[in-house]
Amino acid sequence: MRTLSALVLTLAGSLAAACGSHTQAPRWSSIDSGAAPASTQDIEVPPPPFSEGVFPCTDCHDPELPFNPKPRKLQMAHQDIVLQHDAEHRWCLDCHSATERDKLHLASGELVDFTESYKLCGQCHGDKYRDWRAGVHGRRSGMWDGHKSYLLCVNCHNAHSPAFKPLQPKPPPPRPHGGDQ
Amino acid sequence: MSQHESNAHSSPGCGAHACNCAGESEAELLEVPLTDGPIDPEIEAATRREFLCIVAGCAAALTVGGCSEITHTNFFQKRFRELGPEERASVIAGLEKEYSERFGKAVTVSTQPAREDVQFGYALDISRCIGCRRCVYACVKENNQSRDPQVHWIRVLEMDKEAGIDFEHANAYYDAETVPRPGHFYLPTACQQCDNPSCVKSCPVGATWKEPDGIVVIDYDWCIGCRCCMSACPYGARHFNWTDPSLPSEEMNPETHYLGNRPRMKGVVEKCTFCVQRTRQGRYPACVEVCPVGARKFGNLSDPNSEIRYILEHKRVFVLKNELNTRPRFFYFYGL
Repeated sequence: MRTLSALVLTLAGSLAAACGSHTQAPRWSSIDSGAAPASTQDIEVPPPPFSEGVFPCTDCHDPELPFNPKPRKLQMAHQDIVLQHDAEHRWCLDCHSATERDKLHLASGELVDFTESYKLCGQCHGDKYRDWRAGVHGRRSGMWDGHKSYLLCVNCHNAHSPAFKPLQPKPPPPRPHGGDQ
Repeated sequence: MSQHESNAHSSPGCGAHACNCAGESEAELLEVPLTDGPIDPEIEAATRREFLCIVAGCAAALTVGGCSEITHTNFFQKRFRELGPEERASVIAGLEKEYSERFGKAVTVSTQPAREDVQFGYALDISRCIGCRRCVYACVKENNQSRDPQVHWIRVLEMDKEAGIDFEHANAYYDAETVPRPGHFYLPTACQQCDNPSCVKSCPVGATWKEPDGIVVIDYDWCIGCRCCMSACPYGARHFNWTDPSLPSEEMNPETHYLGNRPRMKGVVEKCTFCVQRTRQGRYPACVEVCPVGARKFGNLSDPNSEIRYILEHKRVFVLKNELNTRPRFFYFYGL
């Protein structure tokens, strides 16, 4: 059974909605020095928003066992993941490492941690990556002239289904004098 | 003027002070030269003071009783920019005491001035905004706007993608299960902190001006509620307190600035101040931090490495109603 699981389970982790991250103790890390303009070195990013209990991946995925690289319908686990990210051309192991199960890999094969997933995203979305580094894409909080925090790409975009989800708007302002127009 | 009149009626016995006031030398009134506004502020200040003194004198003649110190201080308080260090400290101490008692918590009123070498600028990515109005309510919470009737400094306009930017047919009252609604885009507006502000020019009493860091502020204690600035503003950014603002104690933000989010009174105009109480401490405005799509950007235009400069140099940027030559500090851009 363990062997079968390892064969079937190829996805390293599924991403929860943004609220999922709140259940974890904050483990903020600094992004690498090349990721920001010189004036804004003092930057933090939050931990990636894993679903409860999916990390580390090696808890289930034994790296010693063989893996199945073929795209297929997952049946043993991770069925909640809906892949809407160029699904036609992409499968789990394009981003998740098959041999180092707790890491991601770039197109070059270089391994990256989940805390640096922006490097992976930036391979295809270079324009957004540049804007993000400059503080123009994505939300920042903190000080405009000092210590600030970014969000990772995956804090807003579910990596498996990255389109930003519609939100319910807050109530409209009252009309003047209670009129209709 | 109603505010001052009501003060006068509730402060019997001010006649003696009124007489002193009337005897104030013109030289004293001219201590701090004022530069904003089309009216000669020196003449204006003198005539306004005389008028107030007459009103106060009449009120005093009609009533008998004592004059409370606070009311007297409020009534004869100079405009904020004319206050000396001691007077300013006394005014702030009075306000902090008053607000702390009224709201049952320790309220601070900052007078932190503009920092040198800082010119604030704001940019909003209209290719990202989804019209969720999180900014509107974060602003209300941060800046102590009236909850009933509601006063919103930010107004999010829904526009038709086919029609483009068209204020005449924009809808601020849209409601939907989810946003963005198909076929629409969203353009939030608030004070544009113009470098050539028509509101400042239109104020007959010099109660509103542009600070050295670019923020247009209002001295609520000097505003007479004439609403000239509201009619002069082409962006609908100024809002009037038609009634006493209601602000529940538990929702009151106790970190305030004299020229920003301190509690306002009936009969005065208010507007966005780029969260002066936050941004002069180096923090982002509340709307920037709450925006779920990161469409709102803020920073120092004088810093070539700031986010705002990056946007101005790399993105397609525009301002609203450019043809009016108001020269806004609030830029809109297409981030895509």
